[in-house]
Amino acid sequence: MLRSRVSTYASILSAALLASACRSNSENAAASGAAPTIASSGPVVGKEQYFPLQSYRVGPYAAGGSGFFGGFIDYMQLVNIRDGGVNGVKLTWSECETEYVVERGVECYERLKGGLNGAPVAAMNPLSVGIAYATIDRQTADKIPLITINHGRTDSTDGRVFPYVFPLSLNPYSEISAIINYIGEREGGLDHLSGKKIAVLYHGSPYGKETQPIAELLAKKYGFGVTHIEVPHPGTEQESQWLQIKRLAPNWIILRGWGIMNPVAIKTAAKIGFPVDHIIGNIWSNSEEDVIPAGPAAVGYIAITTHPSGRDFPVLSEVDKYVLSAGKGNMADPKRVGTGYYNLGINNGILNIEAVRVAQTKFGNVPLTGEQVRWGFEHINIDGNRLKELGAVGLLQPIKVTCQDHEGGGAVRFVQWDGTQFKRISDWVKADRALLRPIIEDSSTKYAKEKGLSIRDCDGEAKL
Amino acid sequence: MSSEMTVWPSQSRDPAAPASAPVGKSENSSHHARIRVPRSVPRAVARGAAIVVVAALLVSLPLLVTDYVLSAILVPVLALALAGIGQNFITGYAGQLSVGSAAFMSVGAFATYDASSHLHGLPLLASFAFGGFVAGVVGLFFGLPSLRIRGFYLVVSTLAAQFFVVWLFTKVGWFSDYSASGVITAPKLSVAGFDLSSPGGHYWLSLFVVAPLTVLGRNLVRGRLGRSWMAVRDMETAAAVVGVRTEQAKLLAFGIGSFYCGVAGALWAFAYLGTVEPHGLDLDRSFQVLFIVILGGLGSIAGPFVGAAFVILFPVALDRLGSVLVGGSVDAGLLQNVEKIIFGALVILLLIKQPAGMARLLQIAWLRIGRWRPRQA
Repeated sequence: MLRSRVSTYASILSAALLASACRSNSENAAASGAAPTIASSGPVVGKEQYFPLQSYRVGPYAAGGSGFFGGFIDYMQLVNIRDGGVNGVKLTWSECETEYVVERGVECYERLKGGLNGAPVAAMNPLSVGIAYATIDRQTADKIPLITINHGRTDSTDGRVFPYVFPLSLNPYSEISAIINYIGEREGGLDHLSGKKIAVLYHGSPYGKETQPIAELLAKKYGFGVTHIEVPHPGTEQESQWLQIKRLAPNWIILRGWGIMNPVAIKTAAKIGFPVDHIIGNIWSNSEEDVIPAGPAAVGYIAITTHPSGRDFPVLSEVDKYVLSAGKGNMADPKRVGTGYYNLGINNGILNIEAVRVAQTKFGNVPLTGEQVRWGFEHINIDGNRLKELGAVGLLQPIKVTCQDHEGGGAVRFVQWDGTQFKRISDWVKADRALLRPIIEDSSTKYAKEKGLSIRDCDGEAKL
Repeated sequence: MSSEMTVWPSQSRDPAAPASAPVGKSENSSHHARIRVPRSVPRAVARGAAIVVVAALLVSLPLLVTDYVLSAILVPVLALALAGIGQNFITGYAGQLSVGSAAFMSVGAFATYDASSHLHGLPLLASFAFGGFVAGVVGLFFGLPSLRIRGFYLVVSTLAAQFFVVWLFTKVGWFSDYSASGVITAPKLSVAGFDLSSPGGHYWLSLFVVAPLTVLGRNLVRGRLGRSWMAVRDMETAAAVVGVRTEQAKLLAFGIGSFYCGVAGALWAFAYLGTVEPHGLDLDRSFQVLFIVILGGLGSIAGPFVGAAFVILFPVALDRLGSVLVGGSVDAGLLQNVEKIIFGALVILLLIKQPAGMARLLQIAWLRIGRWRPRQA
């Protein structure tokens, strides 16, 4: 009897699964119609280019997700309203909530990758390291670019091994290198770094540890001492770490924080009397949300950014004029327009749309496949003039992406908290990318070997 | 006829069936009506045919459904169901509260990765078995406190496993082969020369790992070991008095349950995500596995499958329904929060109405259908 009950269960289960499968089958077929043919048969005749958004507006990281995707959507809205799309091709998008959870992000990817009402997918922008890692293989197989602006695998900078992954604008290695260059500048030149002491206070996670080898390498090169101090997640208690810092008395502290760890670090620094203007926050320690909870203790705190806060950039005035005043803004709280995460979304929008625009010069002013948009990403060349046209001088760094180099930027600006806003205190400070490249290539070729991938011949492709 | 009569008492030994009188009665009264197979066909043949049909259906699913269903629904359901079975050995059968299942999944995933990256040429399935074995040993170790403590105190000690494993894999680079970010990446999947890198391949791999382990698990809980687990769960002192070796039973529950969790973790990392990081299998995942077991049915082998399907499908279904019904007109964040409220409310409702889990609910529904059909005929 038990045996028959088990087979009963099995048949119920399979019937239920089958039913759900049929349902999604028909839905997907209706939604994606042309999807299977896109990859093989060139541009699809239609009017729209689709951006699937694996957004997160609830859960612990909602502040980041709502700001970033709000900015991204507002920029696409601007292009649609002001220019009527990209050369007549309207942009369209839809959201799928991931809550920053990897498997929800994967489900969203699988759900949205077929396109929307016949509009083909241009690229995916999950803004989550976990989701990005989990969809690298899938997106490479499906030929859909994966944009991981300011985050993601460092070695995916090597486009020869990761043809569809773009850690645009800044990878973690460039980040630490640019910070060291800035400290050198402040000390009166890199040769003055010798004998100095730098402490890295890092979040106890793979993200926090990622730059350790690079910091060691730079320490050896310039002769400064580096000490890595771990703060276990979530970082609400840091007394012992700061006691260690007090004994060490470093000249500078680099904060590789995340979430609540940042304001706690700043407050504890003030408590032990460490000058807060000698703490440099990294790319995930630079938002208004990181300093406001620390109150007056945070005044003078320095952080790096690739997307300075503020509404004084021409592109934001345009967004204000065409989108926000028309009541079409995406932000639930309009006051957050111009904050760090929002401006990162604007930058991300500029880069994605630029890729579509560039790809159109080769493939025509029609909706493009992911493979074609990938070509566009690999030929992005935003110089000073182009930045002026885009209205993003100072907001976005000059970026030139190539087949080999999927990062394209590698520079950061330094900003300082004055109690109400982040003041920009430097122009773009570049990383020592020539030094980092061999390390990135070591890692990417190891990955290629492990996965049995062949390495692209970029020069050969360029001749075609 | 008589054979059926003798089979019935086994029903009461089945832990999935709560000793609720009304349900038992309805089953008994419907018992004759349930049989839809003509007398001339031996039941064994009918049963065998049903199993063959279901198996053929499961194996041929990749030809019938889209890649979306395979890689975003079926593979994670199979992996989580396997973890649920492991958790059920520990919690549902042996009655030991544990919130360490994600830690054991993590150990399984990393051990499988280490086996395949450090021992070149090791077949994929062998490295899965190795991953499960290592997870089993670790589970056995963290099960040791169960010899002395019970209930909430045991929860705390399994919680330690959760934090320890995440810390260890973050701290010690060897486990992730010194990957800079601590994230491991699955190698190319192939078994005996067959390339399994397509979504269908991932599904087949999961199916051919999960199906035999499910059958094994079912036999295990019906055998001597399963009965001693249930004896320990129902009353440990009495079990000891009648000669059940309670310490051995509890440790084996942790060991075997963790083996299942370990293999599930390897499937999760290799067949589903293609990657895993230490924080990807954290306390939240342990709770998810626990919910799968509680929702699906404590002390049942089918329960984890139903529970896993529910946990994976329900948020997706709500999300789709929400965007179809009010898409665009309501703030996306608000919609998500409403979905969470509905999910929570439904779970509470379900637990009140059917504490024995959804597998039981489905079983009752099936019995009612069975009772209803012949009357029409």
